[in-house]
Amino acid sequence: MSEGNGNNPGGVTSKAHSPVPDEDLGKSGKMAKLKIFRGDAEGGEEIGYEIPLVEGMVVLDAVLAIQAQQAPDLAVRWNCKAAHCGSCSAEINGRPKLLCKTRVEEYDGGEIHVGPMRAFPVIKDLVSDVSWNYEVSKGIKPFQSSEQAPFTMYEEDVERLYEPKKCIECFMCQDVCHVLRTHHKHPEFAGPRFFVRNQWLEMHPMDEADRLADLKEDNGLGFCNITKCCTEVCPVDIHITDNSIIPLKERVADEYYDPAKWLMRKIRGS
Amino acid sequence: MQRDGHREGYETREHDVLIIGAGGAGLRAAVAAAEHGLSVGIVTKSLLGKAHTVMAEGGIAASVGNVDPDDSWRQHFIDTMRSGKFLNDWKMVETFTKEAPDRVYELEQWGALFNRTPEGKISQRPFGGHTYRRLCHVGDRTGLELIRTMQEKVLATDAKVYMETTVTRLFKKEGRVVGALAYTRENGKFVHFKAKAVVMATGGWGRIFKVTSNSWEGTGDGVVLGYDAGAELVDMEMMQFHPTGMVWPPGVRGLLVTEGVRGEGGLLRNSEGQRYMENYDPEKMELSTRDVVARANYTEVQEGRGSEHGGVYLDITHLGYDGIMKKLPTMYEQFLKLADIDISSEPMEVFPTVHYTMGGIKIDPESAASSVPGLFAAGEVAGGLHGANRLGGNSLSDLLVFGRRAGEGAAAYIEESVHSAEIDEGEVLHEIGRVLEPLEKKEEGESPYLIQQELQEVMMEHANLMRDGDSLKEGLGKILALKDRLPQISVPGSRLFNPGWHTAQDVRYLVQISEIIIRTALERKERRGAQWRLDFDGPDEELGKINFIVTKDGQGEVGIERREIPPMPEHLASLVEEAKAKA
Amino acid sequence: MSSIAAAWRRLPWWVEPVSVVIVLSVFGLYSFAIVSFLPGEYKEYLSPFYSPPIPHPDWMPDFITAPMFIIWMPLGFRATCYYYRKAYYRAFFWDPPACQAGAQEREPRKAENYRGERAVFVLNNVHRYFLYASFVVLAFLWYDTVLTFFPGGSFGVKVGSIIWLANVVLLSTYSLSCHSLRHIIGGNKDCYTCVRGGNTRRKLYNGVSRLNLQHPQWAWFSLFSVLLTDIYFRLIQAGVIPDLTILG
Repeated sequence: MSEGNGNNPGGVTSKAHSPVPDEDLGKSGKMAKLKIFRGDAEGGEEIGYEIPLVEGMVVLDAVLAIQAQQAPDLAVRWNCKAAHCGSCSAEINGRPKLLCKTRVEEYDGGEIHVGPMRAFPVIKDLVSDVSWNYEVSKGIKPFQSSEQAPFTMYEEDVERLYEPKKCIECFMCQDVCHVLRTHHKHPEFAGPRFFVRNQWLEMHPMDEADRLADLKEDNGLGFCNITKCCTEVCPVDIHITDNSIIPLKERVADEYYDPAKWLMRKIRGS
Repeated sequence: MQRDGHREGYETREHDVLIIGAGGAGLRAAVAAAEHGLSVGIVTKSLLGKAHTVMAEGGIAASVGNVDPDDSWRQHFIDTMRSGKFLNDWKMVETFTKEAPDRVYELEQWGALFNRTPEGKISQRPFGGHTYRRLCHVGDRTGLELIRTMQEKVLATDAKVYMETTVTRLFKKEGRVVGALAYTRENGKFVHFKAKAVVMATGGWGRIFKVTSNSWEGTGDGVVLGYDAGAELVDMEMMQFHPTGMVWPPGVRGLLVTEGVRGEGGLLRNSEGQRYMENYDPEKMELSTRDVVARANYTEVQEGRGSEHGGVYLDITHLGYDGIMKKLPTMYEQFLKLADIDISSEPMEVFPTVHYTMGGIKIDPESAASSVPGLFAAGEVAGGLHGANRLGGNSLSDLLVFGRRAGEGAAAYIEESVHSAEIDEGEVLHEIGRVLEPLEKKEEGESPYLIQQELQEVMMEHANLMRDGDSLKEGLGKILALKDRLPQISVPGSRLFNPGWHTAQDVRYLVQISEIIIRTALERKERRGAQWRLDFDGPDEELGKINFIVTKDGQGEVGIERREIPPMPEHLASLVEEAKAKA
Repeated sequence: MSSIAAAWRRLPWWVEPVSVVIVLSVFGLYSFAIVSFLPGEYKEYLSPFYSPPIPHPDWMPDFITAPMFIIWMPLGFRATCYYYRKAYYRAFFWDPPACQAGAQEREPRKAENYRGERAVFVLNNVHRYFLYASFVVLAFLWYDTVLTFFPGGSFGVKVGSIIWLANVVLLSTYSLSCHSLRHIIGGNKDCYTCVRGGNTRRKLYNGVSRLNLQHPQWAWFSLFSVLLTDIYFRLIQAGVIPDLTILG
């Protein structure tokens, strides 16, 4: 058994793949208590579930365990389970969170209320209809350059673009933004996620498109009152307000709200 | 031309090209087809931009030679063939290595941003099995950059994206694939897609194993849909185990730790503190190919030199906090958040995890056409490029090279032939009936979750990293028993976003693939790349010249054919000879 | 520090907006009282509310005092500051008061009446002009501070001179961490290597960006330092405490 050379056919693999016995894996004897919203567009209610608490368990583990053992039709959206894809966004105790990145232990045994993102129409249980975001995305002028790749671009010029590029499109910033959530400005306001995208496009040294008029009018940048909830919830720590929205507001101000700049443009005749 | 209509029980959507899967390959195919002015429909099981491509971290392999000017497509060709133990389709490899640089530049043209060299070019990092520093990357989130770029490119075309929609069957007419049936996950409505050509880009099937880096989506839908439609599959026995998956805590077991960690100088040590790779591959050490490193990690644990939670140690502390935040920020975050480990001051615990499927639908290297007219395939669901073991970084360029070729291939195919996508309505209704069965059973039946779980355990036990004949046979028996239980699956609830019902569909694919894998693994009686038979001593020269081709036979059973690999043309053969002479 | 932050987070959501309202109101009333009723010069010191000193024209009614000609500049700088905007939109307008679902539901206005910075608050876009003005004021404050090191004409250091120095450093840091400044020196450029002096601009931009991370802290610290400096001024002026000499 100790040699991987076939002396013990059939028995080899299972041992190595279960370095510790599966049943005892991280069980603590405690229970995790969750209250999960069950319902759809018409409404619903919170239902309590209990499952054994496993060391290091994230809320998504708990929800999936409940789904497999107690509620097979419990709807939840998830993919990578590693906080790379941004699928499992939901609200835990009234705050947007990635279910796969939120440890059950964080709540110290207190109640964990899990519900869907509320700035979008609820489909069922923990799943909301986020398709509106893709409509907005479609309306943004894509990257555009008349130069032919490969580009010569220096780290010094692009280093500040890595941050907005980290976005995993979990749409939690959209969910928490009061302009969308409370004031329902969906048609007139693009939301933080898309200011993040506009920012790297606008600051890209090779991009030639001009999006300032779109930002001011169609994307409703002025609706943002920089109250920073988006920054607070970003799971990949993008400083959305300071590094994306405010720089864009400043560029829009250059173009539309700066009398000296306006005068200069008049004089130069451009 | 897109015409929408309603009929009893289902919607009809018409496109020139239907693309199934919205990862890198599917999206690249969509762009290619859309550029021909065709109507394109893209079906994806998840939201747009969530495909498994986002999980690719290390980089995209292309011999652009920015940091090592000696690099060339020829060297990339040799490295890829060598890693694949020469089972690869050499024509695919040639095309692939020649075109990869263009695909990377194209990404940049569309707005992708890679880390830069001091000269302002795309930076490249070393990776296991690559002779030169070859992986264009942006930190450790290259896959995210790729998919976001492709997603935005697709949104700028007229292609229509059907999110959270699952395909259950391909329809054929007069030998050609002419569409598919799908249902929407949101509300369980059925959609009949009529299409003149279908591109399969559904990715892999890591979900047949319990410990895997794959998301729930990796259920191999495409390979079974293709198989059911009569397509040839190749190299199905070859499953890649990534050497470094997370081990602890239990919830994250199998989660990927990027090869970039070793690329940036990460060291593997056992519980005795020994850099044991010197016993397995003293030349390349940690940067040996994945099959070798995975077996080394496995053996160390097996022989009692494992870490506390049954892994080995991977140490990147020499980079320091700043270096890690620059090169591997995602990894830092992942370990800190999920495992309370600060990788800038302590080593990680890692163990092999199921990662990638080398095998898949056999395609034509030029057009990415499968053996069934009208069906094209690209990306992980297609087989042949990687042979017996894939090199890290080759998958991302694979997506783009063959994704584009599939889109072009489909466009050319449509131009050449005039055929209708109409089929008998009875076929559609029959398939709808089959898909609804688990929901309509009134009596208590089998739980799809339970069958999936049992299947994963069987595969872990019998078709793992190290295999042997008797165990494989035992495993096959268990899989066939599970197959018999499939008709009894029943799920409660409605058609409205019901994961139980969705799982009932997935399980069918998982069981069928598992059967194929075990049957082909039984046939390949040797040790080669990812296929490591403990009951045979080494590689078998004869088996090194053949691929196992799987098709559904007349009785609906798994048919396996041994097919000789055609000899390489002179210009490639001489490359191989030269490389051998050098080594 | 992290435990304080954790404790802060456990407090009910309304604690933050209420604290902001109290602090800003107290500061507002205090500064109004100072510039309306009290003198601003004593020995080598000038109250920060009175810098630079300018004469009061005869035709101006008395309720408008001389420092009022100056104070609108730093006041306007703060009123249009991106950080203070966040603070007062949340605290005074409850737009929103905090981020949790429960707090957001308390937003008082009707959903459709919200205009954000598209109506009257569009004026906040003049922030950059207040930045320019505040630099002028800052120059005078530095000049005043230097004078405090020369009590009676020769060099000396008193507790007061240290306080003035600390105050002007905090005020300068607050101005140098300004979002508009960050934009003007580099945020408005897409490519540094393509323009002359680009490398210097990039370095300045990165420097300001680093300070900018703590802009809220600088905003509060400098607000308190103005307040404390003036209180110290009032105390020595009234002879309540002596202005101890450290050197000279």
